[in-house]
Amino acid sequence: MSATQLLFWFLSALALLGAIMVLISKNPVHSVLWLITVFFAISGHYILMNAQFLAIVNLIVYAGAIMVLFLFVIMLMNLDKTTDPQKNWWMKLAGVISGGCLLMEMATLVRQAAEMKGKTVMMKTGDIGLIGHLGKFLFNDYVVPFEISSVLFLSAMVGAVVIGKKN
Amino acid sequence: MPIQYYIFLALTLFSIGMVGVLTRRNAIIVFMCIELMLNAVNLLLVAFSKMQYNLALTNNKATVAGTEAQLFVFFIMVVAAAEVSVGLAIIVMMYRNIHSVDVNFLNRLKN
Repeated sequence: MSATQLLFWFLSALALLGAIMVLISKNPVHSVLWLITVFFAISGHYILMNAQFLAIVNLIVYAGAIMVLFLFVIMLMNLDKTTDPQKNWWMKLAGVISGGCLLMEMATLVRQAAEMKGKTVMMKTGDIGLIGHLGKFLFNDYVVPFEISSVLFLSAMVGAVVIGKKN
Repeated sequence: MPIQYYIFLALTLFSIGMVGVLTRRNAIIVFMCIELMLNAVNLLLVAFSKMQYNLALTNNKATVAGTEAQLFVFFIMVVAAAEVSVGLAIIVMMYRNIHSVDVNFLNRLKN
């Protein structure tokens, strides 16, 4: 197995382990830390596919800003105490079974699809992930969504402040 | 790597996130599982972009075939960041009123 394949399997295992531990952890702070592990694993996948800009943006935005915001909310509201165990474990079982059914159905579909056979993903090389090419595309062809996203941020900021105001 | 491996990985992460949204009672954990689902979709989009790039490379050496998917991932991250800020403001408001972030509690307030 080459180094690329080994790295792929290791990062996939890390992402899946982190995701399952997010579900299982009783303490919300542990869940946040495991989710940060998942984000690091996914950024590793991005770097493996040479999507460099997205890997760095993923780390900065998700692991660096959004998860810190979650930690702020958890710690400022003192929610880091372990929550009470849910007495109704039939509901948990039903949730796991329905999630498993969805996964099985979609995986079966993908397995049978004729268009997906033989297609491979180019790893380690490829120019489209570099920030220069992405920037050229973004500012030439997709400048309108870019400006609209700034309006979206403004409205989200105003909304968050208005919602959080004490009367 | 064949594209199916990436599809299965993204599908598994997505369904783990979905099980989390259905099962957990803490509103903040539900929110984090939504972020997990968004990240699974991001991973799949980047994998597809590299697949299209690989396919188009056989025809044309200087192609830019898969760039739209990576820009879409960028915009998904933008939307996720905005959604997290508003959602956490709502959760803080909810906590201020009922001093709990249990999603089952809001159900009982109906009656």
